[in-house]
Parts: sequence; C-alpha cells; structure tokens
Amino acid sequence: MFKNVYNWIDERLDITPIWRDVADHEVPEHVNPAHHFSAFVYCFGGLTFFITVIQILSGMFLTMYYVPDIINAYASVEYLQTKVAFGQIVRGMHHWGASLVIVMMFLHTMRVFFTGSYKAPREMNWVVGMLIFFVMLGLGLTGYLLPWDNKSYFATKVTLEIANSTPVLGPVLKELMQGGSIVGAETLTRFFALHVFFLPAVLLILLVGHFIMIRRQGISGPL
Amino acid sequence: MAHEDNSKEKIVFVGDSRVRRGNGFVPPPDYSAYPGKSEAFIPNFLLKEWMVGVVVLVGILVLTISEPAPLGFPANPGATVIPVPDWYFLFLYQYLKLPYASGDYIVLGTMGVTGVAFGSLLLAPFLDTGRERRFYRRPIASSLMFLSLASIVYLTNSAWTEYKHEMAATGQVPEDVQREEKAAENRAKGLPTSSAVQAKEVVIVDKEDPAMAAYQKAGCVACHAADMKGAAGPSLRGVGDKHDKAGIITIIKEGYNNKMPPMYDTAINAGLTDKDIDHLAEWLAKQKTEQ
Repeated sequence: MFKNVYNWIDERLDITPIWRDVADHEVPEHVNPAHHFSAFVYCFGGLTFFITVIQILSGMFLTMYYVPDIINAYASVEYLQTKVAFGQIVRGMHHWGASLVIVMMFLHTMRVFFTGSYKAPREMNWVVGMLIFFVMLGLGLTGYLLPWDNKSYFATKVTLEIANSTPVLGPVLKELMQGGSIVGAETLTRFFALHVFFLPAVLLILLVGHFIMIRRQGISGPL
Repeated sequence: MAHEDNSKEKIVFVGDSRVRRGNGFVPPPDYSAYPGKSEAFIPNFLLKEWMVGVVVLVGILVLTISEPAPLGFPANPGATVIPVPDWYFLFLYQYLKLPYASGDYIVLGTMGVTGVAFGSLLLAPFLDTGRERRFYRRPIASSLMFLSLASIVYLTNSAWTEYKHEMAATGQVPEDVQREEKAAENRAKGLPTSSAVQAKEVVIVDKEDPAMAAYQKAGCVACHAADMKGAAGPSLRGVGDKHDKAGIITIIKEGYNNKMPPMYDTAINAGLTDKDIDHLAEWLAKQKTEQ
C-alpha cells in the first residue's frame, strides 16, 4: 500500500534522490565518538540544531499565549508562567534553550576553528555559519525584551543607546529598532516581529544553506 | 546532488571528502568505498545521535523544572534598576565601559575593536589561507583566538562581579526573587499573586440616577453606547474630568468641534424637558475618574 503510494509519487516527481542524498551517506570514523571518544567535539553542531528545533517548537507554543503589547505582555507571560498547565516548563525550555543554543554554537564554532575545518574549500560554509551566529545573537537580544519586565526594559534601553553611538548610522538605527523616540509600545511590537518572523526566516534560510553545503562537501577529513 | 563523473572541475567531492577523485570510474559511495570504520548515517549513526539527543533533552527538562525561568516586575520607566544584559552579552557590555571604548572613544569601542574582531571572525577563511589545519601549526590564528577567549572570560567575569557588587552596595535584590517572595506571601494570605498592572475601569457614577434613563431616551446611546464606553462618539465615562455642567449644556445645544451635531432638539422631540436636560448635564459633569 505505502509502497504503491510512494512509487506513484516517485514516478512523477523522482523524489528518491532527494532523501537518498540526506540518508545515504557514510559517517567517517574520525567523527564517530563510538570509535574515538574525543570525537564528541563533533556533536556540537548537531546539538545546536537540536536545540534550535526545541526553540522553534517551544516558541510556537509560547505565541499561543503571549500578547505583544505593553499593557498585556507582562500579564500574559505571568499567566503563562503561573497558571497555564506546563506553561512554566515550555517557557523554561525556551529561556534555558536560548542560553544553551549559544553555548553549543560557541563550542561548535571553536571545534571548526581549532580543527581548521573552515579552510578551502569550506570558506563559504564558515561565513554562513558566522551569519547564523549573528542571527542567533539577534534572536537573543530581541527575545530578551519580550517579557516586558524591568530587567528586559532597562537592558534594551542600554542596547539601543549603544546602537545610537554608531557613527553616522547610529541615530537612524536606534529609531528604526525603537520605532520612535522612546522605548515603548512600538519597540515591543518591532522586537516581537523581528524575534518571531524576520530573524527566524533568515535563520532557516541560512541553516538550509549550511546543510546543503555540508552534504555537498562532506565533513572535513581527519587531522 | 549527484556529481557527474566527467566533471572537469578542480575539486570534486565524493561522499566523504577523504576520498580523492581517482582516474576513470569512481564507484558510487557505499560501505566498501571507505577505509577505516565508517558507518551508515541511517540507521546506525542516527540511532547514536538520537540517544545523545534524548540525554540532552532530559538535561534541559531537569534544568527547567529545577530552575524556573525568571520573571521580574512589569517594566516601569521610573524604577531604579541596574541594567544587565543576558549573560552572553556581558563581555561586550563590560568592554564598552572601558575608558578607551566609551565616552569620547565610543566609536573605537563599537566600530574599531569590536568591528575588527567580529569582522575578522566572519572572514577568517580569507585571512588564514594556509593549507595547514592543525591549530598548533597556525600560531597566529590560534594565538589570536586564545587571546580573544581569555579576554571574553575575563570581561564576562568582571562584568558579573561588578554587577553583584553594585547590587550589594545599593541593597537591591534581583526582581525575580522579589516577585517570587511577594507571590508566596500573598499566596499564604490567600490574596491574588499576580504582579501585573491591572487596568482600572472607569465606573459610571450614580448609575441609578434618573439621568441614566434620560441619557438612553435622548438618543445619546446612538453614538456614545448604552454602557457609555463610546462607539461612533467618544466614551463618556469620566467626561466630568474634561467638561463642567455649563460646558456640557453648550455641547448638547451647539454640538462639539463639528464632530457631534447639536442634540438639543432631538432630546426635546424624544420627550425630555429642559429640566431633564439640565439634570442630565449635571449628572454627566459628575462623571469623574477619581472620586
């Protein structure tokens, strides 16, 4: 039954090469911790992706309750944290996951750097990886404001002051992010839009590029 | 993404990149094509990855259950709070406080050193172009990275120590701790535990007054709604804050700013007397936010 359905689709769309390319590859000995324990350093990239998936899923559930306006944002987060069943767990996963994804990404970057894996022919993948790093930092920065408590409010004020100190572009940049002359309602909706739509979209595009490149080039050889 | 056999390109990858492109036919990658102990990704290696994933997931869940995500008090621009960014920005935050990265030299701080550091990280493959991959054979790249790592650790630590000191010196307790304590206290007393700012609804003053009936009858409801919260016209709750009795009578008789037509005749036709209208205006003037 399933085979017939699969064959029917495959005849028309030739989907076999797509998944075979993902599924049918060899994992070489030098990255397999089962053979050399020190190869656990090669886990960090995969773990970064794993935690990114957790972030996306938990974030999707958080938006079911979160209200991005200055009157209700705090109240909705508090309600989520104290009243909603498992809300504390989901918010906790998103909060701690945000830190862990930075840790994992940092370790992955260090592994790639110290094994020299960014060298020719993998320069482009390194650049895309660094862009992913910056997008992740952007996600951390914008997400920090969303609970709209004093800590996030004052940290964002400082961040925007720093952005303001950039020569020439600074004031424009600050006003663009702030959506006006003060940190207020418009800032919150802008950060929300960046955190939930713009940055994740960029992140997903970059991740696809990162993965296509690693499949095309294969993992770098042993030292 | 199959690679063609007859490719004339300089670099050709065949599955695992250790396999050089040979002369003539290159067999498609399978187990026998690789030296050493390579493994199929599906299912062998994926199973191991899955196990690592499960362990990590359990770790995250243990962390979330034992340490709930912090939440302070609602943002209040008048509050005195020592601003602190998320921990992974602490090093940058602390760095921008250094004398030669702040004040008059802030451009050096934001664009100069930070820009060069992140820029060279982004472009590392084009700066470190040698073929050598081992880090101890690339002393410049490696020592720059070690130096950066050491300064990140140092700056993060000093930022956090400074923050702790400031908190202790000003006698402040982190707001998430305060909120927890307050909630626990209120819970013990059976009071609401929320710290959210409750929006106060302006109430109708003297709702039982006959003027309420006159308000309905005179046709005011068409624009200001039966609950006085406004529809096409503005809300009349708390209207006494803006207009006194005489002002309200003028508005009824002459309209308001070309937005509200004169309603006096409509009210008279609906059966109200001058006395009723006078009383209605008096009652509306009593509609104040605070009593």
